[in-house]
Amino acid sequence: MIDPTDPGFWPGLFQVLLVGTGETLYMVGVALLLTVLIGLPLGIVLVGTERGGLFEAPFGSIWFGHIVNRVLEFIVNLGRSVPFIILMVALIPFTRLVVGTFIGSTAAIVPLTIVAIPFFARMVEIAIKEVDAGLIEAAESLGATRWQIVAKVLVPESLSTLILGLSTTVTSIINFSAMVGTVAGGGLGSVAVLYGYQRYSTIHMVAVIILIFVIVMILQGLATGLARRFSHRGRPAGTRASVPTAI
Amino acid sequence: MISVKHVSKTFGSGASATTALHDVSLEVARGEIFGVIGQSGAGKSTLIRAINLLERPSAGTVTVDGDELTQLSPDRLRLARRKIGMVFQHFNLLAGRTAQGNVELGLEIIGVGGADRRRRSLEILDLVGLADKAGAYPAELSGGQKQRVGIARALAGNPKILLSDEATSALDPETTRSILDLVKTINVQLGLTVLLITHEMDVVKRVCDSAAMLENGRILEQGSIVSLISTPGSRLAHELFPLGAVPPHAGNTVIEITFSGGSADRPVIAQLARNYGLDVSILGAAVETIGGKQAGRTRLELPGSPVANAAPINDLRGQGLLVEIVGAAAQVEEARA
Ligand SMILES: Nc1ncnc2c1ncn2[C@@H]1O[C@H](COP(=O)(O)OP(=O)(O)O)[C@@H](O)[C@H]1O
Ligand SMILES: [Mg+2]
Repeated sequence: MIDPTDPGFWPGLFQVLLVGTGETLYMVGVALLLTVLIGLPLGIVLVGTERGGLFEAPFGSIWFGHIVNRVLEFIVNLGRSVPFIILMVALIPFTRLVVGTFIGSTAAIVPLTIVAIPFFARMVEIAIKEVDAGLIEAAESLGATRWQIVAKVLVPESLSTLILGLSTTVTSIINFSAMVGTVAGGGLGSVAVLYGYQRYSTIHMVAVIILIFVIVMILQGLATGLARRFSHRGRPAGTRASVPTAI
Repeated sequence: MISVKHVSKTFGSGASATTALHDVSLEVARGEIFGVIGQSGAGKSTLIRAINLLERPSAGTVTVDGDELTQLSPDRLRLARRKIGMVFQHFNLLAGRTAQGNVELGLEIIGVGGADRRRRSLEILDLVGLADKAGAYPAELSGGQKQRVGIARALAGNPKILLSDEATSALDPETTRSILDLVKTINVQLGLTVLLITHEMDVVKRVCDSAAMLENGRILEQGSIVSLISTPGSRLAHELFPLGAVPPHAGNTVIEITFSGGSADRPVIAQLARNYGLDVSILGAAVETIGGKQAGRTRLELPGSPVANAAPINDLRGQGLLVEIVGAAAQVEEARA
């Protein structure tokens, strides 16, 4: 049992929350980084290999482009549809292979990244599709290569939508990171379970909820600010209809 | 400079196939401004996009400045496109870049670096009259200013050809005139060959040296404006000088005389009245300055049948004027009855 009147309680709480927050930020940060590194190209390839897309015919083969598109579509749909708790358990052998263990914050990064990639890839797809085809045409008329079109037109022109998509993604990674914590340990999620649930400490529970809420709010505020900063359309990007803002 | 030969383009296949271009051939000479006019859906955009192969023709060849583009590999085609600037009806500017940034895009693509790029982009913005808006984002610019940025971007890589797909169609008449004047200036100052498409006759009148008329994917006529004006039955010439419907003229002869170049200032009507004692009535007239020269069309009514007026009509034709007898067939019928 935990006793709030115990003189060691508050320093203990502070210590536990500090460690938990640190672990959560570590898990979420690394997972987010990996998600962007893999999900962004994946989303671009998903759009590009569609019929009439920029990479419709990689290596000159429409057939190959079509296969790539189908396979990636399938993987993304699969990743999006398997419930996280099942995915996490199913990934245990893989996680063990990559990290050496399936317990702890580092191990948690694996399922978090894998669940977030398809999620973010869809966001990227939506954002890229929003870019006016006329802009691609203008770049083509200037003699741009496909990679120049990606780097100079598609990504910069969808940047504010991408940032909002990223903010939605990070919210869901935080959400899932708490779930990972309950199973594999680490982060604010495990604080909530170990202290709030198993030792009946309402104070711990409330503190975790507030902390997670604050983290999400800060990140979303940051994203909205950045999105506005990169949107030069004369209206805030946050008002654009096709951006999903909740999970 | 641009040679389009037997180009056809079909979209889709089977029952849903639409053929946007039917065996289109076109010759654009170096240094001229060539206008393609046609109504919406005529295939104008498809045609201009076929010239830099944004749209690959289903058949036929496109040759630009000696390169047969339809034969080139993707890499060579990209290089060839650098010689061909293009401006668009809806400007197609990157919203996330300033005016200068948009112009620099063209230079980045061809690998012009750092200081050179900044210098050149400012130079071109100055040429199009936007030096003071270099730092403005497209959302902060008017339509006309956006199109100036579009033109500057197209010119950044020093192309030899400028393609314009309805560049002024989203602009008000006054802005249209200023943009057309800019196009003319560029044509003269930089020696650029310009191919523009439009659905507005005024655009052709204002800047074009040559024109083609496109209808349902086919070229109906093409040539220099001067030669089109003196071609009997030219639709383009008729649309350049609209005289309206022909009024009823039972028993009389209605003729249309097209003047161009030197013949515009001759006192033709006075001569007719004097030499043949004819009671000439003027039914309509349209005069335009085309390519810096006066040209026009006058519709006259002469008393009596075309046969009776053969002598004065032949006299006019003898002076090198284009004379068309309006509704002549109907009158011949009448004469027979
Ligand atoms: N990508 C396309 N797919 C199918 N049909 C098209 C496509 N582009 C143009 N068309 C058709 O080709 C015809 C000519 O279009 P377009 O060249 O845009 O005409 P214009 O520019 O003269 O208005 C129209 O019937 C149009 O529907
Ligand atoms: Mg069009």
